[in-house]
Amino acid sequence: MLDWLYALWPGLEASVSLLALEPPGWGGNLLRGAWASLQIALGAFALGLVIGTFGALGKLHGGPVTRDLLSVYTVVVRAVPELILILILYYAGTDILNQALQAMGQRPVEISGVVAGIAVLGIVQGAYATEVLRGAIQSVPRGQHEAARAYGMGSVQTLRRVTFPAMLPLALPGLSNLWLIATKDTALLAIVGFAELTLETRQAAGSTRAYFTFFLAAGALYLMMTLLSGRIFGWIEARYRRGQVRQ
Amino acid sequence: MKKLTLMATTAFIAVAGMAQAQDVRIGIAAEPYPPFASPDAAGNWVGWEIEVIDAICTAAELDCVLTPTAWDGIIPALLSNRIDAIMASMSITADRLETIDFSDPYYNTPTVIVGQRDIDMDASPESLAGKVLGVQVSTIHQTYAQTYFEAETELRPYQTQDEANQDLAAGRIDATQADSLAMDDFLASDAGACCEVKGAVAADEDILGAGVGAGLRQGDDELREAINAGIATILEDGTYDEITARYFATSIYGN
Amino acid sequence: MTRARLAQEILVPHRLVMIAVAIGLVVWAAMAMRWDWIPRYYDLALQGLWRTIWLLALSCLFGFMLAVPLGLAQAAGPRILAAPARAFCTVIRGTPILLQLWLIYYGVGSLFPQFPWVRESELWPYLRQAWPYALLALSLSFAGYEGEVMRGAFKSVPGGQLEAARSMGMGRFAIFRRIWFPQALQRALPTLGGETVLQLKATPLVATITVVDIYAVASRVRQDTFIIYEPLLLLAVIYMMIAGLLALMFKLLEHRFNRGMVG
Repeated sequence: MLDWLYALWPGLEASVSLLALEPPGWGGNLLRGAWASLQIALGAFALGLVIGTFGALGKLHGGPVTRDLLSVYTVVVRAVPELILILILYYAGTDILNQALQAMGQRPVEISGVVAGIAVLGIVQGAYATEVLRGAIQSVPRGQHEAARAYGMGSVQTLRRVTFPAMLPLALPGLSNLWLIATKDTALLAIVGFAELTLETRQAAGSTRAYFTFFLAAGALYLMMTLLSGRIFGWIEARYRRGQVRQ
Repeated sequence: MKKLTLMATTAFIAVAGMAQAQDVRIGIAAEPYPPFASPDAAGNWVGWEIEVIDAICTAAELDCVLTPTAWDGIIPALLSNRIDAIMASMSITADRLETIDFSDPYYNTPTVIVGQRDIDMDASPESLAGKVLGVQVSTIHQTYAQTYFEAETELRPYQTQDEANQDLAAGRIDATQADSLAMDDFLASDAGACCEVKGAVAADEDILGAGVGAGLRQGDDELREAINAGIATILEDGTYDEITARYFATSIYGN
Repeated sequence: MTRARLAQEILVPHRLVMIAVAIGLVVWAAMAMRWDWIPRYYDLALQGLWRTIWLLALSCLFGFMLAVPLGLAQAAGPRILAAPARAFCTVIRGTPILLQLWLIYYGVGSLFPQFPWVRESELWPYLRQAWPYALLALSLSFAGYEGEVMRGAFKSVPGGQLEAARSMGMGRFAIFRRIWFPQALQRALPTLGGETVLQLKATPLVATITVVDIYAVASRVRQDTFIIYEPLLLLAVIYMMIAGLLALMFKLLEHRFNRGMVG
């Protein structure tokens, strides 16, 4: 079908066959890696949101010690390279877990790469999410909170019906940025040996020596993920901004 | 009835515990190292070392689970109990023996310098002076190069031997020091046409080690005896030679 | 900060307790953990630190120099310039920097055997080494992110100012140099500071293409001595100090740029 293109560009056919979905093509491996990357990114993003929510509320309504501890957490995570955080959290985290299990008389448990990746990246995401959500909650006009109080709404009710919906459109740009960071940070897990897209790419490239082909293919896969995510976030933002003054 | 249930539950847990206790996680390097261990296009690990691991485990009646781990962190992974043994072409060296135990060696091959065809050199520090030498991080080759060559030669630390070979083919480095068998595989390939074996490095058993063995936690004698028994069995009954014949022309056991 | 504010912020009971606990942790760490490897690797560490710093500084400089035309093209340029600029920024921002780094180093390297004449060329000594590729990849990455920031900054300068300058007869280049660029820069400065810290966090990745920066030195210490945590912890402290210095530097810059501006 594409024979004319293959005739024009020598070597293209060999490269394309390397990317075939069935072995001996490596395309299937790459897609499996992309799926693992996506899973880790989704898990880390969700975990980051949970940590970020507690962190933001802690920073806004917590006591002085809580606020200081959270500040230390966010400053450290934002100043230290993710690679080093991943290494420290991975080794220290599994060490502590296994020692705790051994103290309880249990056998050390094998933590899969996906779970460890989600935990580690989630903690990193949590620090950024804390800042994004805190900024968004603070941007909600105080009048809305006061009105909710005047109506006699309890704090949980206020959070659920006033703060959260009002904060969401303000937080969305920051959160979409966070999602992009999560997807790209999964590549760092390749250095720790977790099976995801970048590691699969490196293994494929190393085995076949077609470095250019595979790195370009992986780049295309990442680009598809980020462009698609951008579209989805744009759609969510448009939906939540319905009725708001267009900026 | 209650007593019976209690006894049955205890027996079940004991058996399950025993069965679980036999589950041995063998750490292999996540980075490809042909022809010893590399992933194929379907994602399965294949190679001489993989087959030998299977054979040893079968002979020792252990339930082995291959656990790819980043080479850079494979000893910490063993020490923090994420894996039970390292079988990733790791050489038995005095340095490593301070931190971990080893089983009996299961292969031993010389270390060679492979360099560009058009450059005249041998494996001595003098002839490598002023040249660029690539080595894989966390290997005996890096330690050896740092001890003997670093003074006069520029060392480039690569995450995998594959990447060092890639740069050798590209001409970015003049030579690399690695295991002779792994390099045979590279030299036989298209990319390897650039280079040739320049010679074996001067011996240093402390650094280069007394062969490749399985890395184990210090004091894990039960597993060590089991693996040693497995190695002895496959050497005796010919399984080892049969596997080796599929990959190499001669025996790689060493001594 | 004034002395009174300093006293107010630090001499509060809970802060003092926390500072005491922190000092206690540091002293315990200094005594209980292994630090005997530091003297042996001191020289190597200084070299690695220097490499990290100049890679950061140069890549930010070159990246910024490329980002200004990229941002300008997107903010005010014709379609034929804006579209490629947009595409470049989208690709850079949409792919991990690790992949970009490996593509530039190993990908290009894998093409060398096909062109043997490369070895004879003038550039060969630079093409052989790893740092030019690291510098290129980091600069392109910085340019991709900053191009987007500068686009927003250029667009946010009130059009009225540019029109006023035009009506006063200033040429296009003069308008850019004296009105548009300084104001855009002033608006972009906080974000640029943040992005520089992010660039610092991307520098350890160059260790994977054999550039020996401070992270690579820590890796070497870890594999030579089999010590797991101490090198990583010291490394984290070093990066935090550099990040702190960067934040301070940008704060001073912002102060200087904001002189005379309203609120």
